[in-house]
Amino acid sequence: MADSVAVKPLEAVTEPPRGGGHRSTKRSRREARAAYLFLAPWFAGLLVITIGPILASLYLSFTDYSLLQEAEWVGFDNYVKMFTEDPRYINSLKVTTIYVVVSVPLQLAFALALALVLDRGLRGLAIYRSIFYLPSLLGGSVAIAILWRKVFGADGLVNALLGAFGIQGPGWVGHPDYALGTLIILHVWTFGAPMIIFLAGLRQIPSSYYEAAAVDGAGPLRQFKSITLPLLTPIIFFNLVLEIIKSFQSFTQSFIVSNGTGGPADSTLFYTLYLYLNGFRDYDMGYAAAMAWVLLLIIAGLTGVNFLASKYWVFYGDTK
Amino acid sequence: MLFRPLKGGRVVKHILLIGFGVIMLYPLLWMVSSSLKPEELIFRQPGLLPSEVTLENYTEGWTALKHPFGYYLWNSALITGLSVVANLVACSLAAYAFARLNFPLKRLWFTIMLGTIMLPHHVVIVPQYIMFSELDLINTIWPLVMPKVLATDAFFIFLMVQFIRTLPRELDEAAEIDGAGYWRIFIRVVMPLSLPALATTAIFTFIWTWNDFLSQLLYLNNPDNFTVPVALRTFLDSSGESSWGPMFAMSIIALGPIFGFFLAGQKYLIRGVATTGLK
Repeated sequence: MADSVAVKPLEAVTEPPRGGGHRSTKRSRREARAAYLFLAPWFAGLLVITIGPILASLYLSFTDYSLLQEAEWVGFDNYVKMFTEDPRYINSLKVTTIYVVVSVPLQLAFALALALVLDRGLRGLAIYRSIFYLPSLLGGSVAIAILWRKVFGADGLVNALLGAFGIQGPGWVGHPDYALGTLIILHVWTFGAPMIIFLAGLRQIPSSYYEAAAVDGAGPLRQFKSITLPLLTPIIFFNLVLEIIKSFQSFTQSFIVSNGTGGPADSTLFYTLYLYLNGFRDYDMGYAAAMAWVLLLIIAGLTGVNFLASKYWVFYGDTK
Repeated sequence: MLFRPLKGGRVVKHILLIGFGVIMLYPLLWMVSSSLKPEELIFRQPGLLPSEVTLENYTEGWTALKHPFGYYLWNSALITGLSVVANLVACSLAAYAFARLNFPLKRLWFTIMLGTIMLPHHVVIVPQYIMFSELDLINTIWPLVMPKVLATDAFFIFLMVQFIRTLPRELDEAAEIDGAGYWRIFIRVVMPLSLPALATTAIFTFIWTWNDFLSQLLYLNNPDNFTVPVALRTFLDSSGESSWGPMFAMSIIALGPIFGFFLAGQKYLIRGVATTGLK
């Protein structure tokens, strides 16, 4: 190490930019060694915090394990049980799917609509942008989930407002038909982050396109359909993938709003909440690990399908 | 745009936007206002202006749990502060290697790094929990901070790689000619120029860690170690439906630091979201 430091200035000056030869391999060895040192914490994390646990999780998913006694190999039992003997599991899958399928498109629609309104050099843009973005930062917190519980509670804000019009609302979070809806509204409320991504995307579209279209007599609607929307599809796609992955893993909201039960009548029992209850309340860790692996496969599958389908609707300028 | 819409149209637009903004923020404002109302008025008055202002909810909420609320704030601040430092150091080290150095299998490792961004956290929590419990580290800060020390928040590595790539390489080369090694280039050249990316990382790490509930719920189950989210949750559990005023008051205190960072670091937050899709 010491001698290589001494040679370096000379080396840097005399070395051809992209030559082979002895010096260059020595230099690249030194560079590689440095790189692996810089990456050492990350490698350790990859091994101990990520890949190790993923594999351990796969192993555990084929066992019966409760932290107290040895893991007992049970083959595919956990997976079979999930899909054939556990209606609560199927229900949690259903609840989460409804949540994702309803809230993600709604959220992105709001995000896109507001981005379009804000894009046109509106005065006060920065203030509006901040106001709409704030809920995205707060939305995942316990404090907001507590607030939601009360906004949609039997004697909460929504019913107080409805009461002013003489309408007697139900206890939204306590009613199996409406509880999931309140969580969907919470998710839609956090449309600010994708809105900012849309705004950044809109700014990439050259204004000359619009000018040319206007000269050709295209109205705002036509411009939106023929210019904005196609050029924005990569961003829509990006947001879609991101939000689906994220919302499939929502946990805090359902935990707090239902006070850790997924109720009423399991109507807010998110996948991750059920996983938590199995693994860390009932200490059925083999089963929880199997659920985790199915979740991984679902998310990987959805992302894969998304990428495949994107070929048919996402427009990348250079492919024509 | 060639033509501005009619003036009247613009006014309507502003009115609609302001109206929408008010609806968006109403729940938050209502929580603030309710926290200042006497308990019995909270649900009788959906309006924002309390007819009677009191700080009773704050004093009552502060002392309602086993420890004064400041105790939980301190626990949260400790874990959050350590996480911020750990993320800044570990992620920037890795990012520098990915952005500037050549090494065997770089492509493969980079792809794996991107893959871990997409990985659902739940896939690893069961074995992680078992590991930390075997190591007897439940109810310590280690399960919460260790992953950050080991750069597992790959999102930030990606963010910094993107940023460092935009810096002119000539600066590195000039420093190299002056005899600087990789470490010196990293510390003296790349890091000072990467302050915007570091700021974004720090702010997002702060907000995410401060808000994080699942890991803190898993690893901290002794009231002496509770952080703000877990303490708030206990509130809900122990007081049931009875004391919303104090609970709102403490929720607002819990949101305070996030709101502060939001006000102070908007520029970095918005740039961070726009370039990488962070939340």
